[in-house]
Amino acid sequence: MIEIQNLTKRFGPVAAVTDLSLIVRPGEVLGFLGPNGAGKSTTMKMATGYLAPDQGSVRICGHDIVSDTIAAQKRLGYLPEGAPAYGEMTPRQFLHFITGIRELSGAAARTATERAIAGTELQGVLDQPIETLSKGFRRRVGLAQAILHDPDVLILDEPTDGLDPNQKHAVRGLIRGMAKDKTIIISTHLLEEVEAICTRAVIIDQGRIVADATPAALAGRTPSGRLDDIFRQLTTGDTVASGAAA
Amino acid sequence: MNLLWPVFAREFRSYFATPLAFVFIVIFLFAMGAFTFYVGHFYDNGVADLSVFFGYHPWLYLFLVPALAMRLWAEERRSGTMELLLTLPVPLWVTVLGKFLAAWAFTGLALLLTFPIWLTVNYLGHPDNGVILASYVGSFLMAGAYLSIGACVSSATSNQVIAFIISVVVCFLFTISGAPLVLDAFRGWAPLPLVEAISSFSFLTHFAAITAGVIDLRDVVFFFSLIGLFLYANMLIVDLRKSG
Repeated sequence: MIEIQNLTKRFGPVAAVTDLSLIVRPGEVLGFLGPNGAGKSTTMKMATGYLAPDQGSVRICGHDIVSDTIAAQKRLGYLPEGAPAYGEMTPRQFLHFITGIRELSGAAARTATERAIAGTELQGVLDQPIETLSKGFRRRVGLAQAILHDPDVLILDEPTDGLDPNQKHAVRGLIRGMAKDKTIIISTHLLEEVEAICTRAVIIDQGRIVADATPAALAGRTPSGRLDDIFRQLTTGDTVASGAAA
Repeated sequence: MNLLWPVFAREFRSYFATPLAFVFIVIFLFAMGAFTFYVGHFYDNGVADLSVFFGYHPWLYLFLVPALAMRLWAEERRSGTMELLLTLPVPLWVTVLGKFLAAWAFTGLALLLTFPIWLTVNYLGHPDNGVILASYVGSFLMAGAYLSIGACVSSATSNQVIAFIISVVVCFLFTISGAPLVLDAFRGWAPLPLVEAISSFSFLTHFAAITAGVIDLRDVVFFFSLIGLFLYANMLIVDLRKSG
């Protein structure tokens, strides 16, 4: 369960996120959509405790991310934008480091690591330095790190960016498989991804929520019935006609 | 506390994942040897002690330790792993301490590898090994103090070169704060107690006291307080930058 209330963040004169409120419940996969610079990543950074909000609060499974940071972060798996990892480490070493941080040891650590590796199909590259891996593999290492401790809440910033179609399919299968009892937020630019795995789509523009509905309901708002039309309409003010022509 | 080990171990191993550890240790040992034997005329002194060797430690640390510390935080910021590190459930003080201890342990390792010079001086004569041990302890403490300054500066920037240069300058001021270069800037206007306080920050003075063979509690407390102070500042800087 993620409870975001009246979240606001400014960077100097620029309002990145303005008065954003959102409650995501277990079983929901929320697709976070919006043009570049809309405030998706900033919201996620605040929800995971990396950035302090100017105003408002975020609660992860009831734990406030600012006042009860560690308890909240324990319940959380996070894939940051760009899937950063220590490049000189191999995926095996990196995941070992994460098991240590997640206080898993012995059989529990082995089981968790094997599950994360199998889920993200990292078997072939376990002993190559992460910096030598392709973008797709690096993304999957980041994903493995996020799901390692089987968290209640997953926040994934562009989990399928840089993956080929087969890998995208696999990662979507993985997310769908975890969706039953978890609370998941994914940000993405791929509208087909929202239709494929999300139970709910939230579109934000200039730091504010401009739409919040099921993907089907959103798509149904335009005559064409296409999600990209409603996206373009809400975030640029374009008419549906010009969108449909594209 | 259980988390201190993974943070420490990751950081410590990262030195050995690249040629950094090798280059640092080789340069460190080479410079130590070169200064002791060629600049310090170790043999010509005809005295079986290591005071010449230890006398150069502050000056070598001045450049080598900031080089070791500059990457501690700046690299995390540059590569984006800072975001990963700060969203993992690790209390900030554990991260700060773990990273610092890893760098300190690495410096300790480099220092231990200077043992051939200890063997040499014992082969040549009968040095006071108690004094040598005290000097090693003092040198290690001083290296920790330099490192804490470097770690603190590194946390304020994502640019390693800037981190290096500023660290060297700050370390230099602490090294020679007992010298006229620093004190004259204060003597004209500052009250005497302040001038004395500044001069008491001199690493050289505290280190010289220890290398004389006496580990005075005050000198130990001085170095540990300084480490504590800069690590605390390090923590505040990381925390402050969360506010964007």
